[in-house]
Amino acid sequence: MAIPVRKFDAVIVGAGGAGLRAALQLSEAGLKTAVLSKVFPTRSHTVAAQGGVSASLGNSEPDHWHWHMYDTVKGSDWLGDQDAIEFMCREAPNVVVELEHFGMPFDRNSDGTIYQRPFGGHMSNFGEKPVRRACAAADRTGHAMLHALYQRNVRANTQFFVEWMALDLVRDTDGNVQGVVAMEMETSDIYVFQAKATLFATGGAGRIFASSTNAFINTGDGLGIAARAGIPLEDMEFWQFHPTGVAGAGVLITEGVRGEGGILRNAQGERFMERYAPNAKDLASRDVVSRAMVTEINEGRGCGPNKDHVLLDITHLDPEVIMSKLPGIREISIKFAGVDPIKAPIPVVPTCHYQMGGIPTNYKGEVVVDGKPVSGFYAAGEVACASVHGANRLGTNSLLDLLVFGKSSGNSMIDFIKAAPKDLPELNTADVDRSVARVDRLNNQKNGSNVHEARAAMQRTMQAHCGVFRFKDMLAQGVEKILEVEQMVKTTEIADKSKVFNTARIEALELENLIEVAKATMISANARTESRGAHVRDDAADTPERPNGRDDQNWLKHTLWHREGNRLDYKPVNMNPLTVETIALKTRSY
Amino acid sequence: MDDVHLKRLVWRSRRGLLELDLQLERFVAEVLPTLDDAALAEFENVLLLPDNDFLDYLNGKADCPDERLKPMLARIRGAQQ
Repeated sequence: MAIPVRKFDAVIVGAGGAGLRAALQLSEAGLKTAVLSKVFPTRSHTVAAQGGVSASLGNSEPDHWHWHMYDTVKGSDWLGDQDAIEFMCREAPNVVVELEHFGMPFDRNSDGTIYQRPFGGHMSNFGEKPVRRACAAADRTGHAMLHALYQRNVRANTQFFVEWMALDLVRDTDGNVQGVVAMEMETSDIYVFQAKATLFATGGAGRIFASSTNAFINTGDGLGIAARAGIPLEDMEFWQFHPTGVAGAGVLITEGVRGEGGILRNAQGERFMERYAPNAKDLASRDVVSRAMVTEINEGRGCGPNKDHVLLDITHLDPEVIMSKLPGIREISIKFAGVDPIKAPIPVVPTCHYQMGGIPTNYKGEVVVDGKPVSGFYAAGEVACASVHGANRLGTNSLLDLLVFGKSSGNSMIDFIKAAPKDLPELNTADVDRSVARVDRLNNQKNGSNVHEARAAMQRTMQAHCGVFRFKDMLAQGVEKILEVEQMVKTTEIADKSKVFNTARIEALELENLIEVAKATMISANARTESRGAHVRDDAADTPERPNGRDDQNWLKHTLWHREGNRLDYKPVNMNPLTVETIALKTRSY
Repeated sequence: MDDVHLKRLVWRSRRGLLELDLQLERFVAEVLPTLDDAALAEFENVLLLPDNDFLDYLNGKADCPDERLKPMLARIRGAQQ
């Protein structure tokens, strides 16, 4: 069957901050640009970003991009590439001011300049003292950013294909990217979007974990597609977690609850933090609390029928205090845990929040494999690994990442498209056929596995074996288990075969993307036998030679997971900034 | 309302905010199939709300200025109890 082909200069998959920023660059340059999105652009997950976007504008007090760069390198636990980090921090003031001109309603100082507030990890003079660097639009920074960028794109005639799901990449026999195969949800019709340049801006894959703050749409589609097309995934063992999300839901319970006297308890009702941190107890640092919680669960003292969470107890607090000092917490708990925290403790578990790894790119947004750009292929935002976040992300750098690398990839694509031959080359139909066959397999599967069960098995496995704190033996078992889950995913069956907005089919296809991310994460984490940033293992202890378990001699390198044979290889961290001196290795402590 | 329309509303209940996904999940599974055409049209209008506003109205953090949307917001809220 001939698959219809739509032709563009550029095709962008994903309409969150990065996709919209790149699209704007391309459309304003007069290029014919298509943006595909599963949901309406302003309902992308960027909308969930509240904290702000960092830029060394220095509106309140002196600041410098070099200090921002230092904070970012340190935050990354030296796994970030220093060329990309310098580029991002230098560009930050430009892209923020640009966004202001696009109509972004930033909070302002009385003199009209953008108001900047302090944020964890933002320091002046190379780690000396806190500096106000975060720019925000009340608690709706992501929302306001999406609206400003979307409006501007409409004006620039970007063509939106809303409620379309990308399925697979099309590459020619030399590996050059020719576009994507995509499905229109309303009809289940499959089209090829052929373009001179293709950008993935599909966001993260936080839904691989049982407990995640990510919206349901965050299924790592771009990562799954790239992996199937033979592109390795970089540093997938690094995920940022928050210690207390409502178990089974993922909605965060602010750490302020422990500040107000909240106590963590295990299945025996024991205040277990007394054993892990005799002085600070429940007020110990995020890492210590997360580690203790996971250790309790892992040693069989977790709560609930599956012993998979602990309890956050505020029943001893005066209800007046709960109402006045912790607004919203009671409602979250009642709504998402079915528990009134005045009467009973809240079930909580460490919860995944952000993916540091992704499709390997350089700071121009070009996808790089074996040291060379993949012709015609670009990635930006959470799906990409430039790598500016390294082993852990500095707060407010995610929105900055979207703006800087959305714009830079857009510019790279413009140059590439303008230099490309006028006519699009002949399409490699073999890749198209493979994609269609993948959907046919799902449609025709008999006696297969259940999508929800397979997804739940994946999420439980990732949470238990590869969560916020990792154990050597659990990781090794986790690799076996996730490969078993993969077999389930290969035979998923859907009961509803209808064509129109078939959510069951979409979820089955999303699961095929999630499982690639899950394998990449588990296998990469199992192999990295050090602790660094957000990847913390029980067998990589804090010693004088290896502070915090970090092993620079053996592990100052990026992981690359290849889907074929689950092969791992590594590439060096770029320690050479563009214009300044290397920010030398140091122990990361705050 | 035809099947196409209904299934589109199910998909559009996928949002950018987890808190909305979770609250709509139960509503879509349990309440949506029981709604008549007039109520479905109300739900469709509610789904046009920006995510942050939608969540604030559901959480009672802000009052929805559009009186016509209030009954459906109350039903979605009610599905969580």
